[in-house]
Amino acid sequence: MMKQLIMVLAIAAIAGTAKAQNYFTRSGFVGFYSTTSQESVKAENKQVYAVIDPTKKALAFTLLVKGFLFEKELMQQHFNENYAESDKYPKASFNGTMEGNIGTAPGEYPVQVNGQLTFHGVTKPVTMPATVTIQQGKLSAKGNFTVKPEDYNITIPALVREKIAKEIKVQVQADCLPSK
Amino acid sequence: MSKYYLLLCLPLLVLAQRAAAQDSSMLRLLNDSLDVNAGPQKVTGTFKATQIVNTPTIESPARHSLQFIIMHRFGKLNQGAYELFGLDNASIRFGLDYGLSDRLSVGIGRSSVDKAFDGNIKYKLLQQNDKNMPFSASIYGLITNYTQRYTDKPYLNARYRTGYTTELLLARKFTRALSLQLTPGWTHLNLVGTPEDKNDIFTLGIGGRMKITRRMSINAEYNWLPKNQVVSVDVHPSLSLGLDIETGGHVFQLVFSNSEGMVGPYYLTKTTGQWKNGDIFFGFNISRAFNWKKK
Repeated sequence: MMKQLIMVLAIAAIAGTAKAQNYFTRSGFVGFYSTTSQESVKAENKQVYAVIDPTKKALAFTLLVKGFLFEKELMQQHFNENYAESDKYPKASFNGTMEGNIGTAPGEYPVQVNGQLTFHGVTKPVTMPATVTIQQGKLSAKGNFTVKPEDYNITIPALVREKIAKEIKVQVQADCLPSK
Repeated sequence: MSKYYLLLCLPLLVLAQRAAAQDSSMLRLLNDSLDVNAGPQKVTGTFKATQIVNTPTIESPARHSLQFIIMHRFGKLNQGAYELFGLDNASIRFGLDYGLSDRLSVGIGRSSVDKAFDGNIKYKLLQQNDKNMPFSASIYGLITNYTQRYTDKPYLNARYRTGYTTELLLARKFTRALSLQLTPGWTHLNLVGTPEDKNDIFTLGIGGRMKITRRMSINAEYNWLPKNQVVSVDVHPSLSLGLDIETGGHVFQLVFSNSEGMVGPYYLTKTTGQWKNGDIFFGFNISRAFNWKKK
């Protein structure tokens, strides 16, 4: 009896180590958009690292904050220097899980993503509706959510408060390929 | 029997650890991969403005953006209460600078001192980054031509009125707060006061900024003028202090300097004031950036 139990546990442990199929990209996309009547700010980062594990329903994103490109260079400089402090906090990352059914057959699967977003040295829970698309060995994920700058200790001086939205829209997209 | 328990516990322990580490290990691997693959990142924001106080910095207007600058100096502080400590008098320079590319910018200006026009070009040779380039370097060229009429000097033609300053700007952002710049310079004046005065004058500037808040910094610059170059006039090295305040597209600089002139030949080779005598010019520089990029 004991031997059988040990066998079962041992098999379970080995099964746990068996490598699950991960999907990976180095060119994911994260963009954020602030719109007020006075000013529209748009910043996009196309060098986002993302890994998605559809079996475990886990996913992780990471990016270099300096990789966000703005339309105005001065704005980009101020973003890095005064708001995101990218010298001090070079990376932003997200680590989470997906709720909902993800099949293996090609198709679109709506999921709910729950996780932790780390930016400017602050980690906060974020949830968002997302879509996972599977087609011919490729896995794409797409979602959007909003964040409040003050939640991430980003202080906006009174002078420009009218120019920066209270809630910033964030778009995320990652087209991943199976990783070796 | 205890042997069995041990065997039983091992895979359980392993499983428990794996479950806990699952999420963070995925992110850790991703972060490691990013660290390995990411190229060098440009070090930006070495200085807030295109000048420390008078000395040009390695910063230029961004590509396709135009900067309008007003530089302004009141009179000397030691002029006393009658002149409201210099505030009754003022000299000014207007300037326009335009970024042709990320590395190249051109500018024009006009100062009330000597009614001098100036044109400049700045080119970034090296860009500091976080991997393999420890400093930034730019080359700066300036031409000035003054138009002040001197009835007693009818021989002053356009050539005699022209001067040049060439500087190599070597700057490093040491920390988020501290940046320093070394500025060897060569000024050529087509006409000097006496035969003993040199037409080619060499200077060495050292300056920097220390941020005190995210949007404010204290600046200082000293321009060493080795002796025996300008002899007919009692000139001194230019020493200036400033406070930068940045608000969106504007940079305000409050300055104190023993130089009244605000372009190359004037503050480098014609500074007659001395701090210890109270020959201190209070003033400000205000710059505004306009974006020129077509959508």
